[in-house]
Amino acid sequence: MQFMLLFSRQGKLRLQKWYVPLSDKEKKKITRELVQTVLARKPKMCSFLEWRDLKIVYKRYASLYFCCAIEDQDNELITLEIIHRYVELLDKYFGSVCELDIIFNFEKAYFILDEFLLGGEVQETSKKNVLKAIEQADLLQEEAKTPRSVLEEIGLT
Amino acid sequence: MPAVSKGDGMRGLAVFISDIRNCKSKEAEIKRINKELANIRSKFKGDKALDGYSKKKYVCKLLFIFLLGHDIDFGHMEAVNLLSSNRYTEKQIGYLFISVLVNSNSELIRLINNAIKNDLASRNPTFMGLALHCIANVGSREMAEAFAGEIPKILVAGDTMDSVKQSAALCLLRLYRTSPDLVPMGDWTSRVVHLLNDQHLGVVTAATSLITTLAQKNPEEFKTSVSLAVSRLSRIVTSASTDLQDYTYYFVPAPWLSVKLLRLLQCYPPPEDPAVRGRLTECLETILNKAQEPPKSKKVQHSNAKNAVLFEAISLIIHHDSEPNLLVRACNQLGQFLQHRETNLRYLALESMCTLASSEFSHEAVKTHIETVINALKTERDVSVRQRAVDLLYAMCDRSNAQQIVAEMLNYLETADYSIREEIVLKVAILAEKYAVDYTWYVDTILNLIRIAGDYVSEEVWYRVIQIVINRDDVQGYAAKTVFEALQAPACHENLVKVGGYILGEFGNLIAGDPRSSPLIQFNLLHSKFHLCSVPTRALLLSTYIKFVNLFPEIKTTIQDVLRSDSQLKNADVELQQRAVEYLRLSTIASTDILATVLEEMPPFPERESSILAKLKKKKGPGTVTDLEEIKKERSSDMNGSAEPASVNASAVSTPSPSADLLGLGAAPLTNSAPPPSSSGSLLVDVFSDSASAVAPLAPGSDDNFASPDLASSEVVSEEPADTVHDADELFHKFVCKNNGVLFENQLLQIGLKSEFRQNLGRMFIFYGNKTSTQFLNFTPTVICSDDLQPSLNLQTKPVDPTVDGGAQVQQVVNIECVSDFMEAPILNIQFRYGGTFQNLSVKLPITLNKFFQPTEMSSQDFFQRWKQLSNPKQEVQNIFKAKHPMDAEITKAKIIGFGSALLEEVDPNPANFVGAGIIHTKTTQIGCLLRLEPNLQAQMYRLTLRTSKEAVSQRLCELLSEQF
Repeated sequence: MQFMLLFSRQGKLRLQKWYVPLSDKEKKKITRELVQTVLARKPKMCSFLEWRDLKIVYKRYASLYFCCAIEDQDNELITLEIIHRYVELLDKYFGSVCELDIIFNFEKAYFILDEFLLGGEVQETSKKNVLKAIEQADLLQEEAKTPRSVLEEIGLT
Repeated sequence: MPAVSKGDGMRGLAVFISDIRNCKSKEAEIKRINKELANIRSKFKGDKALDGYSKKKYVCKLLFIFLLGHDIDFGHMEAVNLLSSNRYTEKQIGYLFISVLVNSNSELIRLINNAIKNDLASRNPTFMGLALHCIANVGSREMAEAFAGEIPKILVAGDTMDSVKQSAALCLLRLYRTSPDLVPMGDWTSRVVHLLNDQHLGVVTAATSLITTLAQKNPEEFKTSVSLAVSRLSRIVTSASTDLQDYTYYFVPAPWLSVKLLRLLQCYPPPEDPAVRGRLTECLETILNKAQEPPKSKKVQHSNAKNAVLFEAISLIIHHDSEPNLLVRACNQLGQFLQHRETNLRYLALESMCTLASSEFSHEAVKTHIETVINALKTERDVSVRQRAVDLLYAMCDRSNAQQIVAEMLNYLETADYSIREEIVLKVAILAEKYAVDYTWYVDTILNLIRIAGDYVSEEVWYRVIQIVINRDDVQGYAAKTVFEALQAPACHENLVKVGGYILGEFGNLIAGDPRSSPLIQFNLLHSKFHLCSVPTRALLLSTYIKFVNLFPEIKTTIQDVLRSDSQLKNADVELQQRAVEYLRLSTIASTDILATVLEEMPPFPERESSILAKLKKKKGPGTVTDLEEIKKERSSDMNGSAEPASVNASAVSTPSPSADLLGLGAAPLTNSAPPPSSSGSLLVDVFSDSASAVAPLAPGSDDNFASPDLASSEVVSEEPADTVHDADELFHKFVCKNNGVLFENQLLQIGLKSEFRQNLGRMFIFYGNKTSTQFLNFTPTVICSDDLQPSLNLQTKPVDPTVDGGAQVQQVVNIECVSDFMEAPILNIQFRYGGTFQNLSVKLPITLNKFFQPTEMSSQDFFQRWKQLSNPKQEVQNIFKAKHPMDAEITKAKIIGFGSALLEEVDPNPANFVGAGIIHTKTTQIGCLLRLEPNLQAQMYRLTLRTSKEAVSQRLCELLSEQF
């Protein structure tokens, strides 16, 4: 896989993960182009399209589009299920995930993705194993919690 | 606010995100962000040391701002501080920031690498995991330099945790992709292969990706992975759906791993060991059987996962291309999918069938689905699916169904989406030419193309129809009649005016007998379009008019009046003005004889690959289905290639006549001014550019066409006895990579060559120039093939005039057919009397095996796959030699292209190396050739490796090419 993008129905980018080195400018260009192309497609259309020399696999979940770019030899259907498994992982972690969860906890969305996919390849397909890794990390966070100031508690800094 | 805030929520961050979301306008958002950036800057610069938590929070805010699409140019140092922390939560955010906002500041990278090194050595699996993720995410060369040696050790160490092994495998994969040269192969590779046997399916999943990528480039080293992959796959496909626990996905056992294993197997030919091969066939059969079973779940995830494995299995079956039974079963399965209610499956079935169509075992089976595919073209609502249907029709087309397919494509073109029209036009043009039995059908098809989609008909297409009409006299009358009729339409496309103008200018006389298309009517018809056309078309029409003056003297005055009018003679466009002036002058002063000579009918075009095909290939990119298909079809050679065999014997070809250029579409010879109408691959211009010098003799006396600058020193007059071949090896070798130039020169005689080759055929023009002022008598050049050479090379020559006047040049045509591969070169022996002496000399004629090369573009993957397939030691020939010329990459590239193979860019992982691919065409067989040239600048040496399916060919090509550098 070359990259994965999550964006909303309104075209706002929610998450981007690049597995090939590209300049920021190029990334922005690709994002703009793809968001436009995918949003223009009708609901019943097929989930795959050729784009430049890549294959795009995308699927919409509620208000969010998940969009992956894979290479010529890669398998479209299994990529569709990569997307689905990622959605399941988010769902399990957040408990009925919604777009807001991903906006406010974008770092978690990245961590979960890193446990599932690495370097553009599936690293661990077991839902249990991925979530175990994330929960362990959360536990470490709890232990590390430090007391906060009153101002911080009400969100003023 | 989020419904759930797990772990260590950062309230300040959440508030900031809410603020941004509440901004009513883009301006408000930018204002809020700038305020926050100023705040964070001051915190980072402030005297008060920030605690880890605050740092983390601010770094997170920066990340968020960056992800909104704003540039962030600070915070890296704080992030590095965080990732060096011992607190997991800070470390994690630090790594995330660095992974997302990669920075090339070397000082920073040193610090990051240091922190990573510590984490890798920490033996804390969570920390190691984070560090490995960071390397995999950044994947820079600096990181490869620092860690490519270390990670394999972690990967194969006995005590490494499973999750760390998984990360290490994929981390190494990423580094190998970016910097293959920095990942050392070694003992670890064999241990990595054995990870395919690991107990932990997650480890196997990650390792399989790594092994696949490594095996693509180092097939030998990873060969043992084949049997391991087969047995692992076999265990998965035969397991019950509950056996694999959490690795079963919607009742499908380990679909991701299955797909990866099947992909790995596609790096290799079918297993040689019959047991392994049998087991694999069983697996593939099981997968095909399962597709027929009723689904275990109605969920789309179930069917997707199951079919993902099925499609990958079909890819492997196609890759092996060796089991007719499996291929036909695969085809039937895809046939079912063609009518499936899921659009996704229909799309994939069309795509996959395209590759099946190129296998000789399944081509016929694919053809049975033609009606379904045509129906898809008409009814699919999604353009990307229709595009696949067009591709498949193109792939399944052969002589039996060409008329139907072309008709359907033309039909579809009327309503096709603009985005794919040009491609359809190219495809129709190629099919119509390739499978034309009746060339009237071809002409009709192309004119229809212009009518329906004139704007999408590129120059290549209409140049080609003209070439074909000119080369085939049986269709010329029909073409003239058809264009004449088409031009009657009140509004016709400019491309039609171009084709019509050209064809009537050449062959209008063939229909002039009919009073309905008398010369004057033809002229008036064309001229009625003149004022609506662009400058290049008008220039072309002016050339047509001067040809009419020659063809139809009766309308000469009408045409002269037109040429003489102010709108022509004083045209603001210099090209048009010049043509008008010169043509008018020509028509006035030249006698009919001169006019007839100058405006002689166009000579046939040399045979060459259709440039339309080249254009389609370029459009689709190398290594596509089309490409593969071409190669396979060429191999099976039962198709009607674009070279018409008729032209082999076309020794009656007149030399490019002096008038050729005059009537050229672009280069205006009389003016020397106009650039070709199009600079992009303009075919006709291209045809003439080779022969620029041969066309030149408009100016008398300039027949010394071959005074090329690289001409070697003249040799002494030869009075050598016969049969000693002239030692002109150096000149001979020069011709290996080029086709035109001086072959031999001494004080008496100069021999020039011009040649062209297409597939297994070629034609060579030999020019003998008498450099003296005295006649040569009994001038007899003979081309001699040795007994060994004779069966392989068919040469036909015509005798030349035995008298060559002083200062004159005579020409001889050699028609060449390569029957099978050959080693030696034919000898050209020349005998004549000069003054009182008898002259006898022999030179090697540079007809070498590589002349019958057709370049083949392919992707890196295809290249290495084929490279592997030719791994038999007899197929490879290698030569290491000292550079004889300065080692200049550009010159080398030009030589490889001149040698005839395609130069494949970005295929070799080392950019300094050169790789090429092509097919040698002989009458009896076609031989695929791959070559790789590795320069060593320091040592001033080259290593050249040739791999072909035939030892003698590898040997000969290696010899020939080695002399070039």
